[in-house]
Amino acid sequence: MTSQQATPQQLVEKALELSRADGAVVLVDAGTDANLRWANNTLTTNGVSAGQQVTVISMKNGATGAASAASGVVGRSGVDLSTLEDLVRASEKAAEESGPAEDANELIPCRASADWDQAPAQTDVSVFASFAPALGETLAAARAEGNLLFGYAEHSLTTQYLGSSTGLRLRHAQPTGSVQLNAKSGDRSRSAWTGVPTADFSDVDVVAAGQDLARRLEWAKRRIDLPAGRYETLLPPSSVADLMIYAYWSAALRDAVDGRSVFSKSGGGSRIGESLAGASPVKATLRSDPSAPGLECAPYVDAYSSSAETSVFDNGLALAPTEWVKDGVLAALPATRRTAAAADAPLTPFVDNLILEAAPGATGPSLAEMTAATGDGLLLTSLWYIREVDPQTLLLTGLTRDGVYKVEGGEVVGEVTNFRFNESPVSLLSRIAEAGRTERTFSREWGDYFNRAAMPALRIPDFNMSSVSPAS
Amino acid sequence: MTVDESFTSLPLGDLAEAALSRARDLGAEHADFRVETVRSQHINLRDGNVDGVSDSSDSGLSVRVVFDGTWGFAAGVVLTPASAAALAEQAVEVARVSKPVNSEPVVLAPEPAHGEHVWVSSYRVNPFDVPDTEKIAHFQRWSERLLGAEGVAHVDAEFQAVQECKYFADLAGNRLTQQRIRTEGALTAVAVDEETGAFETMRTVAPPVGRGWEFFTGNEIHDWDAELDALPGLLRDKLAAPSVEPGEYDLVIDPSNLWLVIHESIGHATELDRALGYEAAYAGTSFATLDKLGTLKYGSPVMNVTGDRVSEHGLGTVGFDDEGVQTQAWDIVKDGILAGYQLDRRIAQLKGLNGGRSNGCAFADSAAHVPIQRMANVSLQPAQDGPSVQEMISRVRRGLYIVGDKSWSIDMQRYNFQFTGQRAFLIEDGELKGQVKDFAYQATTTDFWGAMEAVGGPQTYVVAGSFQCGKGQPGQVAPVSHGAPTALFRGIRILNTVQEAGQ
Repeated sequence: MTSQQATPQQLVEKALELSRADGAVVLVDAGTDANLRWANNTLTTNGVSAGQQVTVISMKNGATGAASAASGVVGRSGVDLSTLEDLVRASEKAAEESGPAEDANELIPCRASADWDQAPAQTDVSVFASFAPALGETLAAARAEGNLLFGYAEHSLTTQYLGSSTGLRLRHAQPTGSVQLNAKSGDRSRSAWTGVPTADFSDVDVVAAGQDLARRLEWAKRRIDLPAGRYETLLPPSSVADLMIYAYWSAALRDAVDGRSVFSKSGGGSRIGESLAGASPVKATLRSDPSAPGLECAPYVDAYSSSAETSVFDNGLALAPTEWVKDGVLAALPATRRTAAAADAPLTPFVDNLILEAAPGATGPSLAEMTAATGDGLLLTSLWYIREVDPQTLLLTGLTRDGVYKVEGGEVVGEVTNFRFNESPVSLLSRIAEAGRTERTFSREWGDYFNRAAMPALRIPDFNMSSVSPAS
Repeated sequence: MTVDESFTSLPLGDLAEAALSRARDLGAEHADFRVETVRSQHINLRDGNVDGVSDSSDSGLSVRVVFDGTWGFAAGVVLTPASAAALAEQAVEVARVSKPVNSEPVVLAPEPAHGEHVWVSSYRVNPFDVPDTEKIAHFQRWSERLLGAEGVAHVDAEFQAVQECKYFADLAGNRLTQQRIRTEGALTAVAVDEETGAFETMRTVAPPVGRGWEFFTGNEIHDWDAELDALPGLLRDKLAAPSVEPGEYDLVIDPSNLWLVIHESIGHATELDRALGYEAAYAGTSFATLDKLGTLKYGSPVMNVTGDRVSEHGLGTVGFDDEGVQTQAWDIVKDGILAGYQLDRRIAQLKGLNGGRSNGCAFADSAAHVPIQRMANVSLQPAQDGPSVQEMISRVRRGLYIVGDKSWSIDMQRYNFQFTGQRAFLIEDGELKGQVKDFAYQATTTDFWGAMEAVGGPQTYVVAGSFQCGKGQPGQVAPVSHGAPTALFRGIRILNTVQEAGQ
């Protein structure tokens, strides 16, 4: 940490110039963040922060791409030109000490982003300029109705600069934002939640969200006790995102061919080519696309370490639209160049967004329309504390939260107690009775880590509510 | 041990003076200042080959103020007096902008000024002084040892080390410099039945510790040799084991599993900020509300739980918290009754607990984040003349002996939970009868702890824990330890996870 300020581009160029490795990748992430948090109808914490992280990845022990190549990954914040050499040497030392890397490969050839020379994009507390007064109005409305509001708003802007010794000069600016709003009755016996993803807060209507939550608190005035069991259940897009994101994170091709994932085939290999839709009338497609409107994400691989899903040697590899499940059939699994080649499978790197559709471009019913078409079932608000129970089936457990409603004859008739569920997202794909229209949504469980998802509501005829939770 | 010189050589005093004097000049009622450097290393091996080695260092500074009764916070990375002063101005501005949505003026509980102090955690060998080649070779040897055993198809090995250096200063005159070291290592073996496609995994149960590299280089602290020798056979047995019959069982639970139940159902439930609703939209609230203090029957009379930030080698152990509060130990559950909470200065002042003084539970995981109330080392105490593991097993007619943590989940008020484990042995008529698989146990917190018939003696006591307890928005992680003896529970619901999956 020093007083000198260098631009991210200068840091990249200088680090590459200093490098004595056989190959090197430098990533500079310049980020700013602003947040507001409130509880019990009042502000609790807030803040702004700025940071810059420099990561140097060195490849050593032979020509880049040789089977014996090793990588050393060292990252630091607060690095400037005067302290950069320490970082580069530490990375080279780490590479020397690491030993051969299984994923060794040639670095990606020269390519440059048109906006490489631009400065980092920035956010600050002014992003809440219109949101904060609207929030104040919503808090006042809650107070007037005897309700309590809790929640959090965050906006971050991270600009990434990726350079390599092979000439890569890539830049990507990623805005990420969300609002989470939770309303409770004054005695806290009734609770409702909504989450809104946003890129810039211009599209957030917090007053309308507050009114929607107040309506749901009214629904909850009638309490209905139900035992554990399998119920026809409407999963809202947020909950579908919770489940599908976990499945996506569990889908590494390497694990599948190792025989240790739900996507492994008996006798060896992966289940690519196998139908996951079973008898479901909905042959869903699960896909990613770095240029999907409203869900734009980095169009190239940015790997800070190697794992089953990513390889530091793949940094800068261009990403393309990828169908993971196509018309109900498993079509691809997240793979590095190394694992794709070894498994003779398509090269399909991990992409930072996820879209589920009943059919390409399909326009299904809204959640409200699906509710109106329900004779007897449950309408969920959100899922929480989701954890893996069994990797063989990808059985997940978790809980319903902040509103499970009983629907009879197309009408919400009251609120039901919360449940613990035990379900597998892979199994759910074979049991979808109906899918709604795909819409941008915010995963309550994983939205902090995976913000860009578009999902439909799903009707599951037999969702497994394993036990009743007394939490409200 | 001393604090890393690369940290103490920073102009810490000058930076603090610049930030705090600017905040005071702008009219802040309270101001505190932190500089932190958190260095982390991750080494991952797959089948004995290096999968990834990364070493990161996160440094920064921050200023937190109370201005006009409202919090303001700002953080950055440029370590100059001018930058520190600018952060103080920014923090005051954030407070000013936020004031309209704040209806409860912030007042902090009093804390004696401690002046200048240096505190360093207890360890022998700093893991960052050990060459990566040595650490990698060590875990390669262990991986190969497992891979050489019959039935082991794959081995994942992971090592993690953290060195956390922190400087805290405030308008009260505190100047506190601290360093903590922690390490964690685990190996997971995988067995695959190629014919059926079935597979099972089993992980070592060695806990993460507030210790250095010495934890891994002998059997003095943890018996690694015994654990690695036993693991392949246990894994083979698990793959071949019958699927559990669901129903009610008595459970004898090893500390390697029970620590996580303590964490989820007691540790989080007795954070007073949760109980008051300050985490309601995210992590949730708590059934253990303040009105139940001193009356709530949390569990059976053999249940005694303490909170502390002072036990040697604890992951949550430190000299002072991030509000300058000297750390302490206290009762959370006494003879089965709710007896105390975890506090920070604001909440201690609001509710007047602990004599109106915080018990030192405010922490941030980096300079970029604001301190929030974080969990202390929360531990279930053994009975001084308590039974051995064998004695507890001998008292069970039909039950399971559960070892090692695996899957966990609990609801947002900390009632309904479900846990699995690395392995479960069937107990019949007081004797172990081999493993069963596909098990999970479900209960409600007070029912579960109320069903605890016995806690083991000190000879069964082990301190386990986690590096990665998540809380807050923006999200923060914190390390925390939980001590536990082996304990005996009556009549707990066991599920068959294959049946739960509808297979």
